[in-house]
Order: sequence, then C-alpha cells, then structure tokens
Amino acid sequence: MIFADAFAWLLDAANWTGSRSIPVRVGVHLLYCLGAVLGAAAIAVPLGLYVGHTGRGGVLLVGGSNALRALPTLGLVTFLYLVAGGGQVGVLIGLVVLAVPPILAGAYAGIQDVDRGVVDAARGMGMTGAQRLWRVELPNALPLLVGGLRNATLQVVATASVAAYVGIETLGRPLLDGLRVLDYGQFVGGAVLVALLAVVLDVVLALVGKLVIPRGLRLSARPRRRAKAPRVG
Amino acid sequence: MIEFRGVTKRFDDGTIAVNGLDLVVEAGTITVFVGPSGCGKTTSLRMVNRMIDPTSGTVLVDGRDVLTVDPPKLRLGIGYVIQQAGLFPHRTVLDNVATVPLLSGWSKGRARTRAAELLELVGLPAELGRRYPVQLSGGQQQRVGVARALAADPPVLLMDEPFSAVDPVVREGLQDELLRLQAELDKTIVFVTHDIDEAVRIGEKVAVFREGGVLAQYAPPAELLARPADDFVAGFVGKDRGYRSLSFVDAAGVEVRPVETADEPGGDGRWRLVVDADRRPQGWRAPDGSTVPGGSLYESGGPVRGALDAALSSPSGLGVVVDAEGRLAGVVEARQVLDVIESRRG
Repeated sequence: MIFADAFAWLLDAANWTGSRSIPVRVGVHLLYCLGAVLGAAAIAVPLGLYVGHTGRGGVLLVGGSNALRALPTLGLVTFLYLVAGGGQVGVLIGLVVLAVPPILAGAYAGIQDVDRGVVDAARGMGMTGAQRLWRVELPNALPLLVGGLRNATLQVVATASVAAYVGIETLGRPLLDGLRVLDYGQFVGGAVLVALLAVVLDVVLALVGKLVIPRGLRLSARPRRRAKAPRVG
Repeated sequence: MIEFRGVTKRFDDGTIAVNGLDLVVEAGTITVFVGPSGCGKTTSLRMVNRMIDPTSGTVLVDGRDVLTVDPPKLRLGIGYVIQQAGLFPHRTVLDNVATVPLLSGWSKGRARTRAAELLELVGLPAELGRRYPVQLSGGQQQRVGVARALAADPPVLLMDEPFSAVDPVVREGLQDELLRLQAELDKTIVFVTHDIDEAVRIGEKVAVFREGGVLAQYAPPAELLARPADDFVAGFVGKDRGYRSLSFVDAAGVEVRPVETADEPGGDGRWRLVVDADRRPQGWRAPDGSTVPGGSLYESGGPVRGALDAALSSPSGLGVVVDAEGRLAGVVEARQVLDVIESRRG
C-alpha cells in the first residue's frame, strides 16, 4: 500500500509545479551536492596528492580524516547553521566536511598505491618531482581518486536531505513532511527520489571515470589477456 | 668511465651499506656487481645516478663528481633499468620508450620515431608499440625496459637485477640479447645481480661484494673462478667453479671425429646418431634399435665447457658437435676433452 501511495504522490501533477515541486527540490538538492563535492575536492585532492607524493604527514592525514568521519552530520549541519546564523553556508560547510574524507583517502591512497618500481623508474630516468607527480603518479592514481569522488557523492546525496531540517528545499523536505503528518506515500516517494538521484550520479561518474582513466590501467583491471603476438621474450 | 673513490654510505639507522669502496668501471665494458643481499651492490649502483647520495667519498662519471650535477639532469644522461622493468602502465609501449627523449625536449614525432627504432633494436615487433605494458609477457616488458633506457643513447647504463624476475630460459635469452646489443653499442654498463652464474656469463669484470658493503674481489670472471681472493669469494662462486671456469677455456686441440649415422647401412650393436635431411642431430639409435633423445649439443669453436657437457650428457658417451647452422660436425669424447684441459695446465 505504501508503494502505491508513493507512486500516487510521485505522479500527482500538483507535486510537479510550483516553488516546492519535485523538479525544484531535485535541482536544489543537486546544487548542494555539486557545491559540496566540488568544494571538498578543491581541498582534498591537492592535499591528498601532496601528502601522497611527498610521503610527509601521512599519519596526520589518516588520523584527521578518520576524526572528520566520526562527526555526526546532522549535529554538525545544525551546529553550523546556528553558528553561521542561518543561511545555506552552514549546510554547505557541513556537507563539505562530510565529503572531504573519502576524496582525501582516494587521492592519497591512489598516489601511495602506484607501483614503487614505476615511481623509482620515473625518478631514475630523470623526471623532476613535479613531472613525476603529473605524468606518472596522478594518471595512475585516477582509478582510486575517481572512486573516492563517487563515494563522496553518494554520501553527500544521501545527507543533503538533512538540509531540510534547517529549512532548505532539498529532497529531504518530503521525508520530513511525510513523517510529520504520517503521509507515508510522500515519505517513501521522497526516499525513492534520493536513491534514484544517487544512482544516476554514480552512473554519470562511472562514465566520467571511463573517459579520464587511461586505457592501460583499465586493461589491467580486467583479467589478464594473453598477448596475441608471438612471444619473443 | 665510472669511478668510486673511498665511497661510504651509512643509512640513518646506522647500517653501513657501502664501506670505503674504491673501484673503476672501465668505459665500454659490462661490469657486474654481485653478492648476497645486503652487501651494498644496489646501493653502490644507485649512487651513480644519485638515487642515493654517499655519506662520504666521491663518485665520478667521466671525471665529473656526480654531486655537482642536478639529479634530474644527471639521470637524463644515464640509462636506468630495474627489476620488473617499472614500465608506466598508463602509457603505450612506444610512449614508454619515448619517455627520456621527450623529457629531454625532443619533438613528439622525433621521439616516437626513435622509440620505434629502439623496439626493433631489442628485437620486438613494431606493432607491440601500440600495446600497453600489462599486455606484454615478463620478458617482453624487460626488453621494453632496456629499449627505454637506451632511447636517448646514454653512454652509461645502470641495470639493477633486470632479469631476476623472469624464468631461467627467458633470462638466458635476455642475457644473450644484452651481449649482442653491447657488441653493437659499446656502452659502459653496470649490472647488479645476486646470481653468480649470470655475473660470470655477462660480465667482462665482476665485483664481488660481501656483507657490510665491502668489496671482496674485483676481477675478470675467469680469474674469479680460477683464483678466488679468499674463502668468502670461493664459497660465493660456488662448488662447481672448477667446472664453470671451463667456460673461459677455448677448445682448440679437442679432436672432433666423424660418427656413424643411423641412415647408413650396417652398424648393428653400436650407438648411431639420428640426423634429419639437413644433417641436424635428432637423437641416438641405441644398440638395441630403440631411439633415445640426445644430450646437449656443442657448437664448434665454443669454450671447452660445452664440449665436456655434450660428452657427459650424451647417452652414447659421445658429445655431438654441430656447426653454426646446427648441422652435424662430428663427435668428441669426454676423456679426450679432459686430456686437453689437463695439457693446458702444464
């Protein structure tokens, strides 16, 4: 029955127009997610690359990002909202804090996981530190880095719902409203939308990954293929 | 020429990796650093291109103290090959080989043309250039590693256990290939290995290191096997050193005599050699009429070790001698080979 109600809610034309309609809420939700992931990436990617490349501060980085992970998001968003005196900035900062750890972990682990022999060869052939980072370490770190971005995106999409607590029209709104008036159709309908959005974004990022991750690395992720040429070595 | 003058490397934890190394690597030779693990051979190699800097002492490349040269610039002029090749997985084989020329400022087109030449030089088909490292066998990857190190035509080549991760048969092929390349290119090569057989096989001079980073002996391989400086070197070169030293004795004076082949009539009750239409040995026909596989073949003109091995491994006791094309030249007897070895002693 709940799903029928949810379906009815989703298909109700009244929910598709106006300033509190589904499209508007999806748009707002997306905007917050995009802002949060981009903001987090702007902080976490350079930091992760630097620490991974130099090997300095790895312990601090891992400890720090675990501490960030332990923060309760709802509490943080509410706290920042109160501290920032209302407005969207508090919510955005809360989501950025949430998105930083997975991206940081992806960037750092991506660089750290590059085969030591490959890095040694790059150095031994005469690459400077910067050349090594941009031409060798970063391209090889992309699979894990993109993975970190996907993780962060999923978490942010799910958590952006809490922004509704402080009055922002994200997809958390129907969840809260539905719960308050025991309108489970609205509640489940909102949840379905959040889940759908998460899946769509993940697929989009997977495609982006296919575009940016070098072919040679994608080949190695698959089961090893027999070389077709005659073996000469 | 590479020169180590009183070079010592002490790591932060206090271990001494290299202790007072004095050694000259002659230009245009293959010099092998060999020793057990922890003997400082790799550390010594890595001090040449400043992957590690010495605690004291001087390393000179062509008379210039390497510490006076900026590391990336120094390394662009020194080829570097490591174990498991260390190819860049995200680049094609061709672009891997073109790395150093591109870093040195060549145009993309010129660097790729050069890379294609190098692939050919190391015996890889051109179409392999479009592949990625993960699509190659271990031996192919090592060849690409060598091609990549040679791409900018550096006078010095550093090779750190380059062939130790491939199987023995492939390794032998790669060693032969290196010797062939060296005959053509005349580089100054420093080659690190823990395998004494590899060392005496490819080295023109061999430096044996012992634990604690001390040079135990520095000599041509024949001398190393014949006159080890002390018990450590004698133990390291191994029990079979008397036999292995025969690799450096030429076989002049060993009598090669004809042999009956199985396609000739008669000969019952004797061992006869089976040959194909091109007179390539195929095995032996035993006196009871059965056919058994042959032993190792000795190519005429090679060192006496091959002749003795051919005789000892042959089911008939006769070592089969072939010419450069692999065609039957005759047979030798172990007793006769030993006589020649004995006579050399006197």
